[in-house]
Parts: sequence; C-alpha cells; structure tokens
Amino acid sequence: MSKKSFRQAINEALRQEMRRDPRVILMGEDVAGGRGGTSGVKDAWGGVLGVTKGLLTEFGEDRVLDTPITEASYIGAAAGAAATGLRPVAELMFVDFVGCCLDQIMNQAAKFRYMFGGKARTPLVIRAMYGAGFNAAAQHSQALYPLFTHIPGLKVVVPSSPYEAKGLLIEAIRDDDPVIFLENKVMYDDEEEVPDDPYTIPFGEANLTREGDDVTIVAFGRMVKFANEAADRLEKDGISCTVIDPRTTSPLDTGTILDCVTDTGRLVIVDESSPRCNLATDVAALVAEEAFDALKAPIRRVCPPHTPVPFATALESLYVPSTEKIEAAVRSVASYKAKAEA
Amino acid sequence: MQIARDILLRSYRSMRTIREFEERLHVEFATGEIPGFVHLYCGEEASGVGVCAHLTDTDTIASTHRGHGHCIAKGVGVDGMMAEIYGRQTGVCRGKGGSMHIADLSLGMLGANGIVGGGPPLICGAALSHKLLKDGAVAVAFFGDGASNEGSTLESLNLATVWNLPAVFVVEDNGYGEATASSYACAGNQKDRAAGFGMPYFECDGNDFFSVYQTAGEAITHARNGNGPAMVHVHLARWYGHFEGDAMTYRADGEIAELRADHDCLVNFRKRVTEAGLLEASALDDLDAAVKDEVDAAVAAAKVAPLPVEDDLLKDVYVSY
Repeated sequence: MSKKSFRQAINEALRQEMRRDPRVILMGEDVAGGRGGTSGVKDAWGGVLGVTKGLLTEFGEDRVLDTPITEASYIGAAAGAAATGLRPVAELMFVDFVGCCLDQIMNQAAKFRYMFGGKARTPLVIRAMYGAGFNAAAQHSQALYPLFTHIPGLKVVVPSSPYEAKGLLIEAIRDDDPVIFLENKVMYDDEEEVPDDPYTIPFGEANLTREGDDVTIVAFGRMVKFANEAADRLEKDGISCTVIDPRTTSPLDTGTILDCVTDTGRLVIVDESSPRCNLATDVAALVAEEAFDALKAPIRRVCPPHTPVPFATALESLYVPSTEKIEAAVRSVASYKAKAEA
Repeated sequence: MQIARDILLRSYRSMRTIREFEERLHVEFATGEIPGFVHLYCGEEASGVGVCAHLTDTDTIASTHRGHGHCIAKGVGVDGMMAEIYGRQTGVCRGKGGSMHIADLSLGMLGANGIVGGGPPLICGAALSHKLLKDGAVAVAFFGDGASNEGSTLESLNLATVWNLPAVFVVEDNGYGEATASSYACAGNQKDRAAGFGMPYFECDGNDFFSVYQTAGEAITHARNGNGPAMVHVHLARWYGHFEGDAMTYRADGEIAELRADHDCLVNFRKRVTEAGLLEASALDDLDAAVKDEVDAAVAAAKVAPLPVEDDLLKDVYVSY
C-alpha cells in the first residue's frame, strides 16, 4: 500500500493486467505518443496527460498501438478485435470525441451479443476523460456518462477516487462485455492509499462513503468528493447524511439507493452531466416509482445548467455543481415541511 | 489458371444456393409472411463466392445489409439463416438479429451489418487479432460503392495501411447506393483511392466467377503474406431493388432483363466449365436439384419453427449484468 495518484492508479491497473494477460492491448491517439517523431522517443507523451506513460517500453509496439486521429476506425477496430480474440483497451482521449465514433460503440460493440443471439463476446474497454474544471470549454469538458448509460449492452464506470479507479479498471478489463470507463480529468493528481497488488471492485455494487440518518446523497465520479465535503459541514449543524457512490451507472445498484432512501426519507442527487435525461433524473424516477411512500421531502437534483460547458473560469465555476450548492440542497430537503403539516 | 474440381463444385453449389435462397425470398417476401425488410444479393453471387473460396473458418469477413450471399459463401447454413429471416427461435441468431444481422463467429462471419460503412473498422480489428495472435488468417471487409464514400471506410483504409494489417477491402460496386447511382455519388475512382492509401488495387468482373477468384486470390495472398492490405474492386449489378418492394424507378427499362439475359454468373460458369471439360452438365444439374431441395426444406422448416418467447427478450444483452 502506498499513496498513488488517480493517474498512477490507472497506469498500474493497465500494467498489471497487461502482465497477467497477453491478449490485453492498448490503442489510441498518442497512448505512446511520438511514433515517427524526429526525437526518436517513441513514448514521448504516454497519453495526452501521461496516464499510459512507460507502457510502450514494457510491452512493446504490438501491444501499445498509437493510432491516427481517426476515432471511427480505431474504436471500430477495438470492437472487431474484441470480438475476435483480443481484449483491447482503447483510449478515446476526451469523451467529447465520441461524436466521431458513436456508431462503432452504439450500433456495433454494444449490440453484437444481442443481435447475434448470444454468440458474441466483446471484452472491450474504452477509456476516456470527462468533466469540467480545466477551462477546456464546450468540446473537451462534457460529462457524457448518461449517453452511454442509455445504451443497452454497454457497462459504464465512473470512478470517484484513485482506489476506486484501480479496482474498477481491473474489473473492466476482465469483464467480457463492452465497458466505458470515464476518468474525470480534474482528478488525475488526486492521491490516496492504493494497494500495490491487483484487486477488483465488482460492478453494480455501490459504495457508501458515509452513513447518516437524515438525508441520502447519491453522487457520481468527482461529485462524490464534493458530496462528502458538504456532508462534513452539515454534520456540524446536526444534519447527518448517507453518501452513495454508485461506482457504475450501468449496471446501477438500485437496491442500495432504495434502501438508503427508505431509511432517510430524503434524497439529493449530484450529477455533473447536463440536467435533462441525466443520471439524476434516472435516480429520481427510480425513487419516485419505487419508494414514494418513504419520501418526507421532494427529491432535489444538483446539476449544471442546460448549457454547453463555458470556457472562462468565472463561468465554468458557476457551471459545475459545488459543495455549497450541494449543502444548500441538503438543507432545503432537511428543513422541508409538507403543506399539510405547515 | 487451374482450379481443383472440388473447389469448382463447391463454388458452383455456393453460388446456386445463394441464387435459389434469394429468388425464393423474393417470392416469399411478397406473401407478407417475412417481417422487416430484406436486401437481395441476386446477380452478385460470384463476388462473395469467388472471394470466400480462398478463406477458411479461421479467416474473418464482415458483410453489409445485403449479407445473405456472404453468409452462405462463408459457410453459414441455410436452415438457420432462413429461420432467422422468418424471426424464429431456431434462427442462427435466435430471432434477435434478422436479415441484416446474421452472424456466426465460429465460422469467421462477423456479421451482416445494418450500418453502411460499419464493417471496415471492425475488419481492421479482426485483422489486428489475426496479426497479433499469429494465426495466419486474413480479414475481409465486403462493402458497397455507397459505403466506399463513408468516412469510416476511408479511415479504415488508412489505419490498415498504417498498421500493416492482413486486411482485404472488397468494394462490391453494383452501381447504386440505394437509389443514387455511384456515377453521381463517388468522386474520383476506387483505383486512385487505393493508390492514395498506398495499397495495391485489383479489379475484376463480378459476373465472372473466374475473374473474381483469380483477382481475390492475388489480393488475399498479398495480405496473408504480411504485405499489408489490398483493395479488390468488383464490378457487378444487383437484379432486384435496394430492398424488396423497391420499384426501381431510378433504373432504365430493360436494364435488369439485359443483366439476366447476358450477365448471369451462373450461366457464365456453367458454359465455361462444361465447354472446357472441367465439369459435366449432369454434375451441375445434380447440384441444382440438391440446392432446390435444401432451400425448400429450409423454408418449410422456418415456417413452422417456434417463435421466440418473452424470456428471450431479456436474454443475451450482456454476458453478465
């Protein structure tokens, strides 16, 4: 066990799985970075933010494949390779680039097994960065996990910390279905204790980062950290919260969410993705349908506004859900009085 | 060019099976009993068969929405295919895929595909598997003149060259992408496109099995020997519409009658092999009869096969969930 960054945790998961299984390969734009360059340094970048650094040196050019900037062909190639015996981990760089290759994910990889009557296995992982907070503006900052969650046949992972990232990525690589693994780019330098040995965290099993009596907060990815910070402050005022990190949006651990809401009677959902048809609406619908009688207050969602992600820090900081906004939402549901009681 | 007798017999049988299968579907579809829509491969048989004659089950192909011929050429059984097209539980995809998604990965058939240009990227991946797993196999993408303009196809030509993949790109140029002629929709030409990506270009007459067989053999050998990808441009014509029910008002009167009269790959094959003394007419007649019986039986079985049940709806979305 030692302190590792989110970036190091992901690198270690890839390295350990590539050592374990020769069928695991990496491909993507600049995953090595430097092929054909005049310096002769073939792994000059090791990923645009250095996540795959050093893997070319250990595993060679057959298993760490730089691609042209042609998402449709190499994401499709990853799907085709997965269906024919390899276990590719393809890096899409920024998840926003899915606009260039959605067909290969949505219509091909996700549907092989069902369309082919259960006769295909597509052990494919697509890694991509998501999230605002980097002044990367509207085409490099989206949180598109709802888009993938909507598609049957895909599994979707949104890790919330370095420990979570390593265990969930190893699970993703060993999984026999296509998995979309989304890394919040603002978190790459976050550090925590991460075991050195490989370990897995199962999909569809939420993690309770704290347990409380008054309000349940469901938060995704980076928002888990914000939710816990809000819960720390609220604790001082006597409001105790349960914070649920679902870890995966598909499959979604609906049982844990419903159990916690049944206990607390109040629900706040924190979701960094655009507010229409996102995970917050999905969880709100689930609870409204399955745990209506347990609710003591309206469900509150803390999401960005329905706008593209803005560039300027002054606007971007307003866009992303904040600890303050989460705190305010929790206070409002905690103090809610039904009209009949008022 | 010397072609072994068993390859000639197998190839004729395969072409005849495709013709019989498709002509029968044309008739049966008109009764309204077949759900969805079908795209027939009549007139194009020599292409799929001439290419697949060089492949084994280890080699991979990806097909198109017009996929029945490629499936049969790659060895998928007509019973399972017909049942699939009828939406039956006994179908090769258990009634989950239908005409446009027939696949059998155990035979290296990576699927018909409902998306134009869907196959070429997948074939880059299959070719990568063959290369890294060192199984000596090649991967072949069949696609039409319409798909030849898709970005995914052009990206795949680039990627296959960059990665030096054992991939062959077969452009089945039947002159029309849906209702729009390739003379209108394809800029430049396929030969220059192949040259632009630095890969060898081969061209053949899709009405002539021998032309396809020889040409595809050269391209596949090139790829199989580790020399990188190649393009095969097959000139052919479809005898029916884009899909069944297409009145083909975009084609001139008499165009199809002329194709049937003068450019039938099965007639051409029979003439060639009997005149050269390679096969006897009686052997071909026997195959014709056997194939007819086989397709009759497939249709009869499909019509009475069990339908999928409610449990099947939720099955096989994931390996585990």
